[in-house]
Amino acid sequence: MSQEGILKVENLTKYYPVEKGFLEKMLARTKHFVRAVDGVSFTVQKGEIFTLAGESGCGKTTTGKMIVRLISPTGGKIFFKGVEITALENEALRILKRRLQIIFQDPYASFNPRMKIGDAVGHPLEIHGIAYHEDKRKMVMEMLDRVGLTPAEKFLGLYPHQMSGGQRQRAAIARSLILQPEFIVADEPVSMIDVSLRSAIIDLMLNLRKDFGLTYLFITHDLAIAKYISDRIAIMYLGKIVELGDKQTIFSNPMHPYTQALLAAIPIPVPERKRKVSGLVGDVPSAINIPSGCRFHTRCRYAEKACEEKEPELIPVSPGHYVACLTEH
Amino acid sequence: MLSSIFPGLRSLAKRGLAGWLVIFGAVLTGAIVVMTLVSPWISPHDPSALNVGHPLLAPSSQFPFGTDDVGRDMLSRVISGGGTMLQVAVLSVFVCMLVGVPLGLFSSYTGGLVDRFASLIMDSVYAFPGLVLAIAITLVLGRGVINMSLSIAVVYIPSYFRVIRSQVLSIKELPYVEAANAAGAKKGTVLSRYVLPNVLPSIVVVATVNFADAILTAAGLTFIGMGVLVNVPDWGWDLTNGRRLLPSGSWWVIAFPGLMIILLALGFTLMGEGLSELLNPRLGEEGGK
Amino acid sequence: MSTELPLVTVDALTVEYWTRRGKLRAVDDVSFSLGKAETLGVVGESGSGKSTLGLSLIGLVPFPGRVTKGRVVLEGTEVLKMRKDDLRNLRGTKICYVFQDPMTSLNPVKKIGAHFVELIRTHQPKVTKKEALERAKKLLSDVGIQPERINDYPHQLSGGMRQRIMIALAIALSPRMVIADEPTTALDVIVQAKILDLLNTLRDAYGMALILITHDLSIVMERSNRTIVMYAGQMVEYAPSKEIYSNSQHPYSKGLLKSIPNIELADQKLEAIPGSPPDLLNLPIGCHFFPRCSYAFERCKKEVPPLFKSGSEHFVRCFLYDEERKA
Repeated sequence: MSQEGILKVENLTKYYPVEKGFLEKMLARTKHFVRAVDGVSFTVQKGEIFTLAGESGCGKTTTGKMIVRLISPTGGKIFFKGVEITALENEALRILKRRLQIIFQDPYASFNPRMKIGDAVGHPLEIHGIAYHEDKRKMVMEMLDRVGLTPAEKFLGLYPHQMSGGQRQRAAIARSLILQPEFIVADEPVSMIDVSLRSAIIDLMLNLRKDFGLTYLFITHDLAIAKYISDRIAIMYLGKIVELGDKQTIFSNPMHPYTQALLAAIPIPVPERKRKVSGLVGDVPSAINIPSGCRFHTRCRYAEKACEEKEPELIPVSPGHYVACLTEH
Repeated sequence: MLSSIFPGLRSLAKRGLAGWLVIFGAVLTGAIVVMTLVSPWISPHDPSALNVGHPLLAPSSQFPFGTDDVGRDMLSRVISGGGTMLQVAVLSVFVCMLVGVPLGLFSSYTGGLVDRFASLIMDSVYAFPGLVLAIAITLVLGRGVINMSLSIAVVYIPSYFRVIRSQVLSIKELPYVEAANAAGAKKGTVLSRYVLPNVLPSIVVVATVNFADAILTAAGLTFIGMGVLVNVPDWGWDLTNGRRLLPSGSWWVIAFPGLMIILLALGFTLMGEGLSELLNPRLGEEGGK
Repeated sequence: MSTELPLVTVDALTVEYWTRRGKLRAVDDVSFSLGKAETLGVVGESGSGKSTLGLSLIGLVPFPGRVTKGRVVLEGTEVLKMRKDDLRNLRGTKICYVFQDPMTSLNPVKKIGAHFVELIRTHQPKVTKKEALERAKKLLSDVGIQPERINDYPHQLSGGMRQRIMIALAIALSPRMVIADEPTTALDVIVQAKILDLLNTLRDAYGMALILITHDLSIVMERSNRTIVMYAGQMVEYAPSKEIYSNSQHPYSKGLLKSIPNIELADQKLEAIPGSPPDLLNLPIGCHFFPRCSYAFERCKKEVPPLFKSGSEHFVRCFLYDEERKA
């Protein structure tokens, strides 16, 4: 396992200033920020599926978008294959986008309603001057075939509204692969697709990983899907990673109280099962007023005095298993 | 292109009331435009010829629209009088779109100070009563078809700007624009291939209302004497003339040209209403969830 | 399970929509019954008709849809035959609906307390404002929210809390039945578990009937007594949840069960159902599920299967079970 991996993220942060009215701006002393991502670090190895999991608002999507540079980080560094890409601009950035791609959550909104699918999937080729006209058409058809949109001829000329959600998401995958990237950020790729169609998309992604040698950063709030697809999982809470480890470890031996609560809350499709009590009080605090010390202490039943004061670091509790918690339990 | 118009018409008719509005409006407008274009051939008399008949004759079988105070045939004047107005309308809409659309696209997509500044200017112009502003500009520029068109265009550019801006502001946050950015597209490409096609429908709607308004403003400018001076038949001119003659009972000089102006503006407005409804259909359509 | 007479009976309910592109059947011949303190899960994917079903039970099908057949009987009263005013009165008092999106279902310019006061006093005008607020406070604590939050505005509360307020409003007048349409889709897993726990607790405490409409089969399996599986507007299977889990019969239900991940299973292989749900405006003749069914045979292509009774409480709409008596 390489120390550097294919993607490395160091202390990545994203703060959004809180929009205030004119008068408030004049009177307020301090600026308030929404700390969407508050110091995230991890390394992704080539060929693996690394999952960022957590509930909405934990910063996972923002992190993913920062990695593909759709959002600029407020602080921290991003390294791709050893090279720092945090501040790349213009042409260099454009070239980078050939290597790093993203699949969006919403198959309905991620396509231009006025563009035929064939054109939409092929447009990246034109943008980067790789292929035009007949060559482009050939490459697009090949890719449509690959993702299961056959006969490719037919799909070339369809508009998004003429396709189903599952088909659109396949087209989205085709579009993200057309440039033959090495790294793909998949932002909740199946959460807006019918349940019975999800595994087909997931399996497609897994097969493509094999065929194209891809590495995925998978973002999801659905831990059941995370368990199905991931190699390693990082659990995020309020902008930070609270636990990180390989799939087996996280699910069989979760150590952070938040991870434990999350796992206990997942519905199990078995009738009349005894539920584990989650023991989590309160709601998620606002990202503007993050609690002092360990940001989870307000809801944690193991919280001690130290938890209010000191913010825990991610420390290894066993090889490859990291937890950010001060208590021993 | 032409061959796609007829199936287009049929599908419009299927779309209910809105489709009919568009068809009706288009037919009305089209008829008036065609009439104006072929006026040299279909007008019974020379519209500018004096004393074709006795002055101030009421409508009769010989002169269905009567004659004005110098004996010109009103029917011929009505048939031929739309030319200037249509020219002004077309030109001003053209200029408007040429300036307003790119400005709106660029400003709202770029955001930040540029957008703030542009919006400020546009809002200020928009706040002015259209006719007053048009008058002021015509005073500065002088008379003539081109100048009148320019002054109307200036008044209308902010409308395009605002409509486009509100559309772009919501579109630019949509995932498909993000996707284009993620693929590495340059700003110009994103604007022209991803944003503009989706903003187009609303531009068309504004354009039709723009036409209608341009017609009325042109009529208004001519009415108060700021219109084109050349001696061509012009409804606006007849309005001014007719107004003068109205107190003495000669209603036909002002009525028929006035009616034509209304009909032309109505045609465009109906089209605009229908298009607006078609492009932004009301909810309550699909069932089944 | 209750052995008394059912609280609500639905018989051959059919809802049709007249759209610009044609007529479609959003709900096609649905029948079921529900007793006190029972939960019915209605599960289906897009186009299944489950939400329309929920709305039709209280006469809230939006234009251009209409109930064209069938009856809904609540404690002896035929709901759909009631006069408009009586029906409006019924909603909120006897049957309550919890909508999917708590963000937009509350009035942003009204305090929480005001929502309750308005609701209570509309149906029970004799109750004073003070009394209504007192009841509101109790309801808030029933759903696990501090009573002081009566004075807050909706935007000051989180999504989970707002959904709990919606539930509190739904039970405020002690309804006999609560219909919850995707009550937890917009919420996080932990809050979701709490809300579902809450609904079941209230169900038991108040003796209500609860209908849970959702696309999430896991929730339905975990928390409902009986389940209806809907596909393209039709009820394709209706049975106790235990039986759907251990002995699902309709090919669609089977496929659905095989496609959802269960974290307690190691090395699970998920299977997708090929194809996609049909266009309700262009339904094929024959069984709606035929194009995607791996068990299909000739008859399925030509005839629409009726509901067959394949067990003492198990109904399935599939020709595979035609040996049994018709339902």
